[in-house]
Amino acid sequence: MSAAIRVENISKKYILRHQTGGRSRYVSLRDVLARRAKALFQKNPADASREEFWALKDVSFEIKQGEAVGIIGRNGAGKSTLLKILSRITKPTRGRIEIEGRVASLLEVGTGFHPELTGRENIFLNGAILGMHRAEIKGKFDEIVAFAEVEKFLDTPVKHFSSGMYMRLAFAVAAHLEQEILIVDEVLAVGDAAFQKKCLGKMNDVSQSGRTILFVSHNMEAITRLCSRCLYLVKGELKLQGETREVIRAYSEHSKQLSGEIDLTPLPRRFEGNGAAQLLRLRSVQNRNTAAWCYEYGTPLEFAVEFSVSRTLEEPEIGYAIFSITGTELVSTTTYQECPLEQLLPGQYSMRITIPDLSLNPGTYVLALGIATSGRSADHILEATQIEILPSQLSIEKGLHKIWSPITPHTIFELNHI
Amino acid sequence: MSRLVIEAEHAESAYWSDLWRYRELFFFLSWRDILVRYKQTTIGVLWALIRPVLTIGIFTFLFGKLAKMDSEGIPFPVFVCAATLPWQFFATAMSEASNSLITNANMLSKIYFPRLIVPASAVIVSLADLLLSLVILAGLMVWYQVAPNWRLVTLPLFTALALFAALGVGFWLSALNVKYRDFRYVIPFIVQFGFFLSPVGYSREEILRKMGDGVFGPVIYALYPFNPMVGVINGFRWAIGGAPLSLDWNSVWVSLLVTTLLVVFGLRYFRATEETFADII
Repeated sequence: MSAAIRVENISKKYILRHQTGGRSRYVSLRDVLARRAKALFQKNPADASREEFWALKDVSFEIKQGEAVGIIGRNGAGKSTLLKILSRITKPTRGRIEIEGRVASLLEVGTGFHPELTGRENIFLNGAILGMHRAEIKGKFDEIVAFAEVEKFLDTPVKHFSSGMYMRLAFAVAAHLEQEILIVDEVLAVGDAAFQKKCLGKMNDVSQSGRTILFVSHNMEAITRLCSRCLYLVKGELKLQGETREVIRAYSEHSKQLSGEIDLTPLPRRFEGNGAAQLLRLRSVQNRNTAAWCYEYGTPLEFAVEFSVSRTLEEPEIGYAIFSITGTELVSTTTYQECPLEQLLPGQYSMRITIPDLSLNPGTYVLALGIATSGRSADHILEATQIEILPSQLSIEKGLHKIWSPITPHTIFELNHI
Repeated sequence: MSRLVIEAEHAESAYWSDLWRYRELFFFLSWRDILVRYKQTTIGVLWALIRPVLTIGIFTFLFGKLAKMDSEGIPFPVFVCAATLPWQFFATAMSEASNSLITNANMLSKIYFPRLIVPASAVIVSLADLLLSLVILAGLMVWYQVAPNWRLVTLPLFTALALFAALGVGFWLSALNVKYRDFRYVIPFIVQFGFFLSPVGYSREEILRKMGDGVFGPVIYALYPFNPMVGVINGFRWAIGGAPLSLDWNSVWVSLLVTTLLVVFGLRYFRATEETFADII
């Protein structure tokens, strides 16, 4: 079979600008003028606020026609950048790509959906945005509606849709694309369990019909089911490619060598705190044999947060939240709920946090951290690290791999005959 | 099967044919904007009429009654209306086009399509507004018994001139807006400033009449058409005013030239920066 996609030595460079209060990709004219003016009076106008960042480095691979290939890697490994380049959203800094066939890229479901428009109108709009022709959409209209299960609400503005309906409709349009090559980014995690299965099934059909699929996901299960081959990216470089099982094995091996200590100071903040406290470091506390930030299901989750306090904090709260990989907040708590603190004097502290029974099902999650004082945020990091809950004997016994929801709480069922 | 080559060093070779392939998206985006525009407000379509009617009323009072500007032999409300409609069209079209990339930022970072479609389709909503508000013009012409002649058929040409002027500026500003996010504050300023630099409430001849003896009067009069809206507004008045009005065609040619330059250089700047939009937006 001939190649559908041939990628030769592509690299992508981004320029990051450090500004007060985090990183920003765009600049303001005011800043540019101010910088030029300043440079006039300085001898070395070296711009310390600019930093080069290679999101991809010399990546080459080939994908044959009809192949389904998965792309895996940690956050920031360059998966999304690679998909964006293949989708022509952004250009590579170096290298060359040849693509044989029409490409449909699905980096998000429901791109261009407008809340004021009805379901019917949005199907046409979204179809056009994804590169379908009017006639094509018309021909598939009934199929799309049936797949999304929204017949009754076709003429309702989508702002009145539940988020589940919205996602189903959005995915349904995308699922009926006819392009020869399909590029999909982490969009299968939509809707309820039944719908997720339907989506995976549809993807399977697509791949069976001889079309080429490139698929990014954190869901190793989905990757294993769908893809015969996998690419593994590490810090912008193609670390490994080959048969899916082998690549996934290498991925989890490599994850184990990750450092258990994370420097929090350079991470982006959600919003500007009041500066009274700063999160400094996050350490994984483990005595078991698993890798850092990997916890076997059923074992306690433990970590330590180090932070500094520069002004006395009244009614301080230190807390964490855990998000799904798609950004849904699953659990959160602070010291306020367990042991309210009255005051913290300036200094450096370490807070050890133990969650004895998390009930989080095996999968990948994101840990967020925050410090607040008198109910106002002092520092807040949305993505401190990813944590991995690994399947264990217990989770298999409980049959958790058959459950799609992220949390299965310990529940007492009592049956009485009446 | 179609074949695509992406190379870092080379510009997209199929740019213009791609633009043609994506024409349906252009129609759909325009259609979306029009639909949303008339759905969102409860008074919907009425809003497109109320705004110009109020403006024309106020201008008639200000410039006609208070300042007693000369309306070149046609009733003052018609005189003002013929300028207000193209001016409002230009102002909204230009603002919408300039902000269009930012408003559609999410699409830009998730989907490939020729970016030119975004500012181009943003202008179409304003065109729909203009077409609607022509009803006002027709009404005023009937009321004041202004009989148009053959010149009326040239109206689309002057509309096109306004449209391209708005697009030209829109290409520039939308691209600049992506790069320098504080550029959006410049747009209302251009609209406000441009209003006073355009003969909406008075005629270009008024400048000669009032300042013709001085040094500046004739200079301003000569430089005036470098504002492309001068040619458009003069043309609009000429096209609907019937017999009493004459048109200084030189002003139209100058406006046409300026508009062409705006579009050509606007396009060039847009294309030169287009590739980086998704990275910085």
